[in-house]
Amino acid sequence: MAQVVVVTSGKGGVGKTTTTASLGAALAAAGERVAVVDFDVGLRNLDLVMGAERRVVFDLVHVVQGTARLSQALIRDKRIETLFLLAASQTRDKDALSDEGVERVIQELRQSFDWIICDSPAGIERGASLAMRFADLAVVVANPEVSSVRDSDRIIGLLDSTTDKAKRGEQLEKSLLLTRYEPGRVDRGEMLGVDDVLEILCIPLLGIIPESKEVLHASNMGLPVTLNNPASAPARAYADAARRLQGEQVPLTVPSEKATLFSRLLGRRAAA
Amino acid sequence: MNLGSLFGRPRSASTAHHRLQVLLKHERRGRPDLIPLLREDILAAIGKHVAVDEDMVRLKIDRGEAVSLLEIEIEIPNDAKQKACA
Repeated sequence: MAQVVVVTSGKGGVGKTTTTASLGAALAAAGERVAVVDFDVGLRNLDLVMGAERRVVFDLVHVVQGTARLSQALIRDKRIETLFLLAASQTRDKDALSDEGVERVIQELRQSFDWIICDSPAGIERGASLAMRFADLAVVVANPEVSSVRDSDRIIGLLDSTTDKAKRGEQLEKSLLLTRYEPGRVDRGEMLGVDDVLEILCIPLLGIIPESKEVLHASNMGLPVTLNNPASAPARAYADAARRLQGEQVPLTVPSEKATLFSRLLGRRAAA
Repeated sequence: MNLGSLFGRPRSASTAHHRLQVLLKHERRGRPDLIPLLREDILAAIGKHVAVDEDMVRLKIDRGEAVSLLEIEIEIPNDAKQKACA
């Protein structure tokens, strides 16, 4: 049965688009049929991060408004054949999306995909609430930083009150993806640690993505980090998170500077 | 005192954790409208006795872990006060 996932955060710039692309690519590489959908109408970027910016003809707004068919708007990834992108419109605004139209498109996507991953815009307004409204589960992306954690708390409140699942009295499954984690700074007490954030937000942990230059390299190249450098620390962390989404029990180790040093001493490829 | 703070590098992570705990405890109560409501009631109560403008009532709140401190500052014009005394 298809799963609709919303990748959300409240705050901008914490890694929602990177996460959508990486989880989508990791799930698709494992053989799942995946559609990643950009809900950031007017400020689309998922196409760019996935290297498909020159291939967008029709977008989500066209499909919602019925001026293009879903099959015309879905862009197949060049590297993984079970990965598809539905881009946002760059020229329209978020009011171009109707609730009924988005619901119809999500229903149609459910017919042919295992995973529909909705990349939410920042904020708590219409675009964000539409991205989360039809979700079965939510990935809350946060940085270990006060403003991001506060906004995540607000988003968790909205996920529990405004989504269709919540309104039906069901529990929307939520999990936390902590990104841009710097183990050295956490060890030195300069950055909120994973336990601090979990204690405050009280939702299960999906994964910890360490801060890494690999993420910028990958977006420069227009490739999800899981494809650009699969052996890198963030790519492995995203691949593990994707397996957890699939229901696999994958042990979660909190990145630590000591462990990195240790693996260097052993001459293994150090975490990037 | 930890080693870091001896060298002028306080452990800011624990400060961040504490600040978030205090803040979110309040935000989760879901009463963001409390201050405007109080302000309206206070204005109405004072208005019964003295003519005051809206901008003469200032409310400040300092949210603490166990209690919050609400500071109310009301500016009463001297002529209005005299009317009230008369």
